[in-house]
Amino acid sequence: MATFKEFRNNVKPNWCPGCGDFSIQAAIQRAAANVGLEPEELAVISGIGCSGRISGYINAYGLHGIHGRALPIAQGVKLANRELTVIASGGDGDGFAIGMGHTVHAIRRNLNITYIVMDNQIYGLTKGQTSPRSAEGFKTKSTPEGSIESTLSPLEIALSAGATFVAQSFSSDLKQLTALIEAGIKHEGFSLINVFSPCVTFNKINTYDWFKENIVNLEQFPDYDPTNRVTAMNKIMETNGMLTGLIYQNTVRKSYEDMITGFRQEALAKQDLSLSEEHFAKLVAEFK
Amino acid sequence: MISQLSWKIGGQQGEGVESTDRIFSTALNRLGYYLYGYRHFSSRIKGGHTNNKIRISTYPIRAISDDLDILVAFDQESIDLNAKELRTGGVIVADAKFNPVVPEGIDARLFAVPITKMAEELGTSLMKNMVASGASWALLGLPLEVFNKAVEEEFGRKGAAIVEKNIEAVKLGAEFVLEQAGGPLDEFKLGDADGQQKLFMIGNEAIGLGCIAAGCRLMSAYPITPASEIMEYLIKKLPALGGTVVQTEDEIAAVTMAIGANYAGVRTMTASAGPGLSLMMEAIGLAGMTETPLVIVDTQRGGPSTGLPTKQEQSDLNAMVYGTHGEIPKIVIAPASIEDCFYDMIEAFNLAEQYQVPVIVMTDLQLSLGKQSCEPFDFNSIQINRGKLVEEGPELEQHQLFKRYELTEDGVSPRILPGAKNGIHHVTGVEHDETGRPSESATNRLKMMDKRLHKLDDLFIREGLRVDAPNETPDLLIIGMGSTGGTIDQAREWLTNDGITTNHITIRQIHPFPTEQLLPHLQQAKKVVVIENNATAQLAGQIKMNAGFAEKIRNLLKYDGNPFLPSEVYKACKELD
Ligand SMILES: Cc1ncc(C[n+]2csc(CCOP(=O)(O)OP(=O)(O)O)c2C)c(N)n1
Ligand code: SF4
Repeated sequence: MATFKEFRNNVKPNWCPGCGDFSIQAAIQRAAANVGLEPEELAVISGIGCSGRISGYINAYGLHGIHGRALPIAQGVKLANRELTVIASGGDGDGFAIGMGHTVHAIRRNLNITYIVMDNQIYGLTKGQTSPRSAEGFKTKSTPEGSIESTLSPLEIALSAGATFVAQSFSSDLKQLTALIEAGIKHEGFSLINVFSPCVTFNKINTYDWFKENIVNLEQFPDYDPTNRVTAMNKIMETNGMLTGLIYQNTVRKSYEDMITGFRQEALAKQDLSLSEEHFAKLVAEFK
Repeated sequence: MISQLSWKIGGQQGEGVESTDRIFSTALNRLGYYLYGYRHFSSRIKGGHTNNKIRISTYPIRAISDDLDILVAFDQESIDLNAKELRTGGVIVADAKFNPVVPEGIDARLFAVPITKMAEELGTSLMKNMVASGASWALLGLPLEVFNKAVEEEFGRKGAAIVEKNIEAVKLGAEFVLEQAGGPLDEFKLGDADGQQKLFMIGNEAIGLGCIAAGCRLMSAYPITPASEIMEYLIKKLPALGGTVVQTEDEIAAVTMAIGANYAGVRTMTASAGPGLSLMMEAIGLAGMTETPLVIVDTQRGGPSTGLPTKQEQSDLNAMVYGTHGEIPKIVIAPASIEDCFYDMIEAFNLAEQYQVPVIVMTDLQLSLGKQSCEPFDFNSIQINRGKLVEEGPELEQHQLFKRYELTEDGVSPRILPGAKNGIHHVTGVEHDETGRPSESATNRLKMMDKRLHKLDDLFIREGLRVDAPNETPDLLIIGMGSTGGTIDQAREWLTNDGITTNHITIRQIHPFPTEQLLPHLQQAKKVVVIENNATAQLAGQIKMNAGFAEKIRNLLKYDGNPFLPSEVYKACKELD
């Protein structure tokens, strides 16, 4: 069985020292090993941004696509080969600005993939512009007077879009993050894990210390029931979205793959492409 | 006896024009006639004039006719709008209910049949299309049993009682009109057809069937006219083969999902029209850069923007050839017949995997939606070629990656699918090295660009040019693409009668442009006319840019939303300067 070391490669990430993304990479590698995967059984599909580079830093199959489209690509991979474990990953700009439409619909569709958002409340790669996750009043290169748009709450959106697995974590909490990614991989459906991942270079407000001060860990509430969508929504609102842990999980709803009529149980990619002559004749007969 | 005839049915959208046309033409197809349909419709679902025209022939034809022999009209508007097409002595079969009148100056014979009344007497006015089609069928003197069989198939699932009523309606219409006319009309007596069983379908169905034959098992798409029939066909058929169609949130999702699925090893396609293709452009670049096979169908319609969404045009050519930023290898094929729609899909999937490039199959509305007879498809010709796909990689050292982008003689590298042993590599739209790892080195950049861009250097697909060149030095070389071929051939017959010698080339491989293959034909011709449904002569532009001969080349353009008529092509060719 592979250990987390086997999910490492020899590429040195080009992230700034101290970037939150390092720990997310480590957590994915640990979680993959903990759930018993071999490197070739994992596909990491990422978007564009500092965060998007992650697929190149993990020893697994990886595809670094185009800005905002990690999710549809990842869903295509999963449909083609449901035997693969598919992780989609990218920044908050990638998933909640340019790719927001895909995020909502991937949630609705509920294919069995795990989506990890590396949320730094800013655009890192393009050197510090506002993101939908930036706080109101947040000053950036593109909002010199402070952002005047309201902050997007991906957790609330996910719940209202019918999400079956919603979690949030903080890149410093490697233990919690690893456990949540494992749970996400095991969840039979779409799992959203939003991870606070400080950008040490461009975000001087939402720093490690700031998160430590503002985060509420759900472990503090022993009675919290993650299967209750109403209390989940309340908790998100009460904590202003600053909670971490498994917020909601619905284990009843089947994954998309399991609901498609006639969909092959084994990897479609392994199927023989040829068509029998009888089958062909039957199709053609409709046009006579 | 005549060898061909044109029949048209007109009424309000939602009034049964479609189903009447379907039954009428299915019956004709069974008799072995060659059919060519033209659907005039607007984006409205109910209401608004609509009409379907079928050309019926004892020999192969692939063009609508200029004129009309029989018009079946559910309302006066249908007569007013279409009677001008009737040839002298043509026939109108109309509902007596609206007191039909033949417009002034039109020499036609009117049969006012109590269509609505008869249908209502049978229980529902819904059956008026059966009365009307029965009447027009009877005038042709064709066997009623064949017609009734088609009716039975159309309504069979609704139960025997309904079938019986509809057959009764057909009979009432037929009897009434035969009594009025004193029997079938001699001038409409069609000669016997060749009796060969043909297929009768629209291009989009042939595309769907072609996809299945090609081993395509997934489709991701967003609905749009005139592409939706492809997804609607495949969603009915793919589940039996373990696959499915995903209706995505937009075309960007559709194309990127298809890229993901192709990367993971399933032949997957998407289809759209101009607006959707515009949205896909960035992703097409990703497929080109990552050398991921991808098949996209563009069913062209009137542009730009929303343009004329239900009308004919061939104006996406430049967008398909040049679309996406930067420079990638890409194949653009334009099928020119229903048969092409089928075989080209198989070819497209093979090419996409052999060359690891995006392939765009570009049809036009008339080809995608016009229902036509076609030759039965040859099952034995279906061949699947997955190119350099390998199942397992070579033994790798620690941290060594599979060379997915290995530099090879022909520029095509071995491809391996996620899940495979010893195959881990990276895939990125960033410039990369042989293992897929990002690289900004100038030497690597040049090697990789050249590798990708030279993959298609020698590409010439099956019938990349369809050549009909009986003359060594023709007075006129006519060049077209897509659905216009039949119209051009009809015009050529008339030109030949006038002593003008013509050759005809249909360009099917649009990109990379088959310059070498076209050159000799351009050289031999005294004059060249390029016929296309757009305003800026895009195909002619490609020819001039790639092959030259600008001084010989004339344009015939039509961009009012309607297909060319044979007479238009004929006249324009006669009047060329
Ligand atoms: C279509 C398109 N538009 C814009 C860009 C430029 N761009 C690259 S990454 C990015 C945003 C990065 O922010 P985020 O997604 O939050 O990721 P981060 O870099 O913060 O990890 C932008 C705007 C692009 N690559 N593609
Ligand atoms: S710019 Fe910010 S997000 Fe990007 S690598 Fe540096 S710290 Fe990380």
